[in-house]
Amino acid sequence: MKVTIDTDRCIAAGQCVLAAPDVFDQRDEDGLVVLLNPNPSADLAVEVKQAATLCPALAITVED
Amino acid sequence: MTDTSTISAEPTTAGLPDYPAPRDARCPFDPGPGLRDLQAETPITKVQWWDGSTPWLVTDYAEHRALLADPRISADGLHPSHPPRAAGMREAHQKHGRPFIRMDDPEHARLRRTVTAPFTVKRAEAMRPALQKLVDGLVDDLLAGPNPVDLVEAFALVVPSLVICEVMGVPYEDHDFFQENSKMLVRRDADPQQGADADQRLLGYMGELLDKKLVTPGDDLMTEVAQRVRAGELTRDEATRIGQLLLLAGHDTTANMIALGTLALLENPDQMAILRETDDPAVVAGAVEELLRYLSIVHIGHPRAALEDIEISGHLIRAGDGLLLPAETANRDPSVFADPDRLDILRDARGHVAFAFGPHQCLGQNLARVELQIVYSTLYRRIPTLRLATGLDQIRFKEDTLVYGVHELPVTW
Repeated sequence: MKVTIDTDRCIAAGQCVLAAPDVFDQRDEDGLVVLLNPNPSADLAVEVKQAATLCPALAITVED
Repeated sequence: MTDTSTISAEPTTAGLPDYPAPRDARCPFDPGPGLRDLQAETPITKVQWWDGSTPWLVTDYAEHRALLADPRISADGLHPSHPPRAAGMREAHQKHGRPFIRMDDPEHARLRRTVTAPFTVKRAEAMRPALQKLVDGLVDDLLAGPNPVDLVEAFALVVPSLVICEVMGVPYEDHDFFQENSKMLVRRDADPQQGADADQRLLGYMGELLDKKLVTPGDDLMTEVAQRVRAGELTRDEATRIGQLLLLAGHDTTANMIALGTLALLENPDQMAILRETDDPAVVAGAVEELLRYLSIVHIGHPRAALEDIEISGHLIRAGDGLLLPAETANRDPSVFADPDRLDILRDARGHVAFAFGPHQCLGQNLARVELQIVYSTLYRRIPTLRLATGLDQIRFKEDTLVYGVHELPVTW
């Protein structure tokens, strides 16, 4: 899987972190998204897709 | 080019239903019958608002979410078609400024980002031990205090007030002051002058607090905000507005979830039993999401305006149209949540829109989650015989405020 994030759109909601904590984090200074792993393994597909769906800013794109 | 042959004709103003529709006192947790009918028959329809305007009411989940995240939709409180919550709102916004919840990007993003740091998943989680201790102490106080008691005054309002005061660095001794003034700001039937006065008093308070934080900095949000003012990143007006928004948003909502959630669980004893007896934090977390979905306390509808024409599900929303997007109907959409009127704390309710969607999604949601997880897993365990001290039909519900809930909750044990 390939994951990309758009930090311009990010509103620091952290819902990606709740859905897929191995793949997403928030930076300390303002809570904007940090992509821990742009190529997560297939077994994380459900969580990563849930993160993309739950992101209120539509800032996460997932390509299989 | 748009094929308009499949787009519904606009109804005439004369036939439009009045909105909001009252709830049924026998089913206080459900959207009212009028609203249910609208969702079932015309999930996208214009309605008549109190000021005579005719915004679109969009009730189903998919459209609700799509519109909240659509860049052609504005949350700007100054937009001429923004459906005002109460009389005098637009004039007040024009004269005295408005909080960033009523702005669009880029201004909204700039201001919001100055206060996002304390509300991350990590920071909220880090508060858990302190919050647990706080709630334990408040339950001790409850048990040692009068019985029966009003759970709203004695507990539901106190928890989030203490928490937001801690986060922001507001002295708790001032809580009566800001509680009184906040009540004025959330009423939909508020006298405009009273609302304006409460607004000014709270802003004045925030200004004084900012000054104090510059002299005596603390490890808190208002100190960070004060330092940004000094660094020229925020104006003083912007800072006091932000402080007021956070104070308001931080306690009224969570307080209502605590009280109304307690009532819902008391009315659903099988669900209450699961919650009381579980040792699994995942079950508690799931229960919080389901209660958020089921109660949808930020009700009636997020006010918006269309900046451009938007085609959605066979309707054409025109540039300049107003919209109301109610969470309580989206969260009861049967195509998304099976048997939606059932409180089922074991269902997977993630994806609910109780915290809204789009760029304005609740800033404090992660902190709210931790607070509610702690309250719901502590209160009923510590007081397992908790019950209503009055009949359900005697409970007064807050139909006419921004945030749904109960005015009082007399309980005993």
